[in-house]
Amino acid sequence: MQSLLERNAILLSIAILITVSIGGLVQIVPLYTIENTIEKVDGMRPYTPLEQAGRNIYIREGCYLCHSQMIRPFRDEAERYGHYSLAAESMYDHPFQWGSKRTGPDLARVGGKYSNEWHTEHLINPRAVVPESVMPGYSFMATTPLDFDNAGEHLKTLRAVGVPYSDEQVAKAIEDLNTQATGDDGDGDVEGLQRRYPKVPLGDFDGNPNQLTEMDALVAYLQMLGTLVDFSSVDAKSIER
Amino acid sequence: MNQAIAVPTYNDEVVRKFVIAASFWGIVGFSVGILIAFQLAYPVLNLDLEWTSFGRLRPVHTSAVVFAFGGNILIGSSLYIVQRTSRVTLFGGPTLANMVFWGYQIFIVMAALGYVLGVTQSKEYAEPEWYADIWLTVIWVMYLVVFAGTLVTRKESHIYVANWFFLAFIITVAMLHIVNNVALPVSWMGAKSYIAWAGVRDAMTQWWYGHNAVGFFLTAGFLGMMYYFIPKQANRPVYSYRLSVIHFWAITFLYVWAGPHHLHYTALPDWAQTLGMTFSIMLWMPSWGGMINGIMTLSGAWDKLRTDPVLRFLVTSVGFYGMSTFEGPLMAIKVVNSLSHYTDWTIGHVHSAALGWNALVSFGALYFLVPKLWNRERLYSLRLANLHFWFATMGIVLYITSMWISGIMQGLMWRTYDALGFLQYSFIETVEAMHPYYVIRATGGVLFLIGALIMVYNLWMTAHGKTRDEEPIALAPSASSAGN
Repeated sequence: MQSLLERNAILLSIAILITVSIGGLVQIVPLYTIENTIEKVDGMRPYTPLEQAGRNIYIREGCYLCHSQMIRPFRDEAERYGHYSLAAESMYDHPFQWGSKRTGPDLARVGGKYSNEWHTEHLINPRAVVPESVMPGYSFMATTPLDFDNAGEHLKTLRAVGVPYSDEQVAKAIEDLNTQATGDDGDGDVEGLQRRYPKVPLGDFDGNPNQLTEMDALVAYLQMLGTLVDFSSVDAKSIER
Repeated sequence: MNQAIAVPTYNDEVVRKFVIAASFWGIVGFSVGILIAFQLAYPVLNLDLEWTSFGRLRPVHTSAVVFAFGGNILIGSSLYIVQRTSRVTLFGGPTLANMVFWGYQIFIVMAALGYVLGVTQSKEYAEPEWYADIWLTVIWVMYLVVFAGTLVTRKESHIYVANWFFLAFIITVAMLHIVNNVALPVSWMGAKSYIAWAGVRDAMTQWWYGHNAVGFFLTAGFLGMMYYFIPKQANRPVYSYRLSVIHFWAITFLYVWAGPHHLHYTALPDWAQTLGMTFSIMLWMPSWGGMINGIMTLSGAWDKLRTDPVLRFLVTSVGFYGMSTFEGPLMAIKVVNSLSHYTDWTIGHVHSAALGWNALVSFGALYFLVPKLWNRERLYSLRLANLHFWFATMGIVLYITSMWISGIMQGLMWRTYDALGFLQYSFIETVEAMHPYYVIRATGGVLFLIGALIMVYNLWMTAHGKTRDEEPIALAPSASSAGN
């Protein structure tokens, strides 16, 4: 066999391709076919346009290089960060942001832990609020207007890869973007937004009501992380690992 | 060498280009690595500008060292080796080979510019966006055509072992690259796309890719280099043909399964984690088979290690390969991983392999190739190569020991409880504790870079046909009399 393969480049290539395909097929395909791979829990919804814009900024700046979004089922992690992460909680994440390194803390459940003001201050100058921090400052975000005029196109693209955005959500993408960032102080359809996106955090996230900035979007994203699934109503048996 | 066999004209022109590009990108990649290492110790170095923050420069570092430095020396070596072991010139002629070279450099620049401007898919080691991915796919197929075409038209009856590894590297990287990067752009005129896979499935696909970028780009390809350059430099045949056959097929089959060890204790189903751990441990055996095959090739030529710094680079690299392929399976064991994951231990592990194995074998290959490609009798200076060796080794030792300490320390601090049953340390206290190790790590990087700069000077002078007036590296009197 070997003596045949090492005399024929084409056969050798085919043999290599078959050999290296097996592992991936066995490990990836069943994730689509085994039903309990993604737990059935209530509360998960697609990101609002503003949260998705914030998520894109999170990706753009490489936040995932220092912050994980995946809490492991250990006592210390539960106490530090909260309930261990479920597969369901990243079911709409294109791409996933689990991360591989914690130079900074895990962010899977950072939503609601700090105020909007804290996040804005911290992102502008991390050492102003945490003197020992080694995080870069992102002051430019507070003054950079958010560029998400094609929010509807983004939602449509996400729908094409599997996120269940409704026609209404796509049509009202820009409206929802502005409504979320002004909250009750604006004249947007807050009720409609909340119906389309339950538990949506509202308000002027960056403390500057005159401008919709990248800071607004990023803080809106951070403030919803890990808040969608209500663990008090989840049957512990169904998510056991 | 049988003088009766006519030596065909080989295309060394393109190999020279790859060698120059590898040296250039190596310096760039090491320098950016040092900058971001210092950023972690002194965050003011992020400059608070969007283009210079750690998050944007880190992929510049990883892509520059893996794909630009590593990729250029890999492709260059493979094209050098496949011609000589097939006794034909490159398939497709100089034009196709040059297209591969320039196309690959354009990919590197496209990717790096994107990172600095914030264009990234955020998939580690697969950060370039859809347009750069498509470009790379085209270039890669051309590379496969050149390489496989040369094999098909070869004048040797057997395909030499180094070429098996290069072929596996090219084919597998193509498969991984295409599947991991399936994405839909928001607009054909914009850079942003959304990846087809989501959540846990994306995580599994990404680390199937990520782990095998290590397995086939940084391992199989570099093993191809090992299987040619070590026997050549030592002037000894490969230790065992049988071992190389087992080594090859075991590596190609087993490696692909090990990806889930990057996702231990995550929301990835347990069955996949267990498979990943099991195969990672099994991988230890063929990895060490390969190491033994490389090192034992020196049987009967051990004395050359003292006098030939080029051979020392090559053999030390295989030693580091053995060490990191032992550490890897260890870290893939779930209980060990529960401590090591998310810490600097992983970073230390990666660098013991990347600096110790990939970079040292590349340096050895560069020292081997440059005199031959520029038709020089010998290197400008063996003593400078020797100096480089010690700078590089000292740098690696500082790097990996500091990261072992900081990684294990931080992992332990995260899980330490006080007498009252509360967590002993806040997160930021563990960050503060890392500072001295981050300084030591960056210092190790500086030593490594100094060594590489010495090499570039040495290669530059060699290419210009200069030889340094220096004492030869001689054996100590007692050793030389004991030598064979």
